[in-house]
Amino acid sequence: MNTLLTLWSDNTALSAAVWLLLGMTLLYAGRQPAHRILLSVGHGLRHTLRMASRALSQLEHQLTARNREVLLAAARNDAERRIEREFTRIQALVARDLSGYPALHRQIGESIERIETSYRDSSESAPLPPAWGDVVNTIAALPSHGDPAVARILSNIQDAVQDTHKETLKAWQSSADKRHKLLAQMQPEWRTLNSKADDVGRTLEALDARTHQLDKQMQHYEDIRRGEDAAVRSLTSSSLTQFFIAGLVLTIALLGGLINFQLIAMPMSEMVGGTSYIGAVKTSDIAAMVIILIEIAMGLFLLESLRITRLFPIISSMDDKMRRRMMIISLTILCILAGIEASLAYMRDLLALDKEALQQSLMMSTGAGVAASHAEFRWIPSLGQMIMGFILPFALAFIAIPLESFIHSLRTVLGLLLVAVLRTLAIVSRLSGNLLAQTSVMLTHAYDLLIMLPLSIERLLRRKAVAQQQTTDEIAALIPDVEAEPALEAPRKSRRSKRSATDNSNDTSTTDDSSALAV
Amino acid sequence: MKPLAKLIATAALPLSLLLSGCSEPAPKNKAVYLLIDTSGTYTQELNKAQAILNYLLANLDSGDSIAVARIDSGSFSEKDIIAKTTFDVRPSTANDQKRQFKLAMDTFADNLKHGSANTDITGGVLQATQYLNETGAGEKYVLIFSDLEEDLPDDHVRDFPISLDNIHVVALNVTKLRSDNIDPRDYLNRLDNWQHRVVEGGGDWRVINDLERMERLIAVN
Repeated sequence: MNTLLTLWSDNTALSAAVWLLLGMTLLYAGRQPAHRILLSVGHGLRHTLRMASRALSQLEHQLTARNREVLLAAARNDAERRIEREFTRIQALVARDLSGYPALHRQIGESIERIETSYRDSSESAPLPPAWGDVVNTIAALPSHGDPAVARILSNIQDAVQDTHKETLKAWQSSADKRHKLLAQMQPEWRTLNSKADDVGRTLEALDARTHQLDKQMQHYEDIRRGEDAAVRSLTSSSLTQFFIAGLVLTIALLGGLINFQLIAMPMSEMVGGTSYIGAVKTSDIAAMVIILIEIAMGLFLLESLRITRLFPIISSMDDKMRRRMMIISLTILCILAGIEASLAYMRDLLALDKEALQQSLMMSTGAGVAASHAEFRWIPSLGQMIMGFILPFALAFIAIPLESFIHSLRTVLGLLLVAVLRTLAIVSRLSGNLLAQTSVMLTHAYDLLIMLPLSIERLLRRKAVAQQQTTDEIAALIPDVEAEPALEAPRKSRRSKRSATDNSNDTSTTDDSSALAV
Repeated sequence: MKPLAKLIATAALPLSLLLSGCSEPAPKNKAVYLLIDTSGTYTQELNKAQAILNYLLANLDSGDSIAVARIDSGSFSEKDIIAKTTFDVRPSTANDQKRQFKLAMDTFADNLKHGSANTDITGGVLQATQYLNETGAGEKYVLIFSDLEEDLPDDHVRDFPISLDNIHVVALNVTKLRSDNIDPRDYLNRLDNWQHRVVEGGGDWRVINDLERMERLIAVN
């Protein structure tokens, strides 16, 4: 390096100056090609990145369309499921309530018949007692003229009439009583009729509500089928909400699984040994983990066979008998595992107690012992651990529901993320292209800055040449004979024109540069 | 290992197995051989040795091995082993073994009336290396509870290199002798001499005199 630095002179500064001049001259000589290279590289990169940006934008559009299709398809399936469920409910309602309608109709008919009979019976009333009082009064008012026989006859007639009147009145009263009784018997029939009518009304109202619900679902389904933007926006928002809620629940479930793992990992070493390892992990830990995973799997199968989740189409499409069997088997295995966990939790407590006792005995012998804990309350944590060990597997079994939501919404969320990434990449690519083009222009200027000395000299010389040219032209204009010798002037002119053309080309290149700068 | 990390590690096990090509894992168990000096006045320090043993029993786990031997006039002998065991894979059984081990040590301490005439530390270390190598443990420790002043019978030969490959040798409670107080260089030379022998044999040497810092004694999982 030093040799190179002192190549021209022993004086480093002088040698450096020579190098500088040499370099400057070389750079000046290569100015045009260097500018072209820089500008073409910048332009090429810009073009390439613009193309990449366009390709990414197209990909983004395709992905957006695909996401939309997937979202609509998922929503369509969901809506179909809901509608199917609504139909099932309506069917159940009809089967439960309206299947008894013929019987109800018969009951109402019988009630009406009974009411009619009772009404008819009550209408057959006994004749009202005639005006017996007038007859008695008339007979009583008849003059007897002191004849005892006539008086006796009249008295007898009066008695007979009075007796008859009493009997007739009695019969009429009895008939009225009977009618009242018949009318009283009609009252419960009326009430029954009223109650039955109310029942029918309620059933029809429920059916009406269901059909309204069904109408809404159908409307929603129609919106989805039409692929309306509002429906897509609503579905996207719903998917994001689902994703976060399901994620939260899964996190809680994960923590539950962690506690479960802690509960059974230690006692597992009592069953499978605490010294063997598979890889870097204890076999007992793996066994505990496997039990938890089996519980989750059983929970998945159970909820799947109950048709609460639909992660495995093969289970959903099984016939009811097989599904019921699967449900029973899953539930049984889950219960057995829960029992095992409860016993393991109890064993954990026993082991912890044993270890604590050993530690205490070891510490006591060194004089650092502590007072024994209250043994009478020891059953509380034991019981708590056992209950936890039994309940946690069932709680973990329900992980299938948030898991299904998470998986379904994950597709949408990943699609959205990918679209966002593609969009960002497209923007970054376009910006980078522009930036690189600008950088290439800036580099040409930086290049010129390095050779500003020769460039300044060139500019000065050119200005002088132009000034000289102008002076020559002016003088030529003043001498008229000069125009008479075009043959002599022509080569000079051509030379000048060549020079001016060169100058122009230089100017043009500068203009090109300027135009490039403007770009 | 933290529970979450353990859970993740367990879940990632199949992948790790695939990547590692199911290679045979290195043993993770420990083997500890505690040598207790029973010569002369050092028997008075026996209660400290019991504290060390209790610490070891509390921290060793299933699959680990432990042996306690005394240093007397000729320590290169199985007869000097007071108790030895390898803890069972089941924690409950291991706890019972620990209780029995402690009982054996307590009995020994109660029955020890007087110390031995000579101190054969090298013989004890040789015996320890044999035992430890037989266990095939991943981590091997020789704990020497002694003042490190070797006093061999006349006919015993012990001045040869000892092979202590991959064995951690820890000198515990290295008490100062009366002569050390006169010239402390004796004490330092004694320690240097042992360190030199252990390191030359391929072992690792440490001294712990403050028994309050026993947590550094063995690496606890």
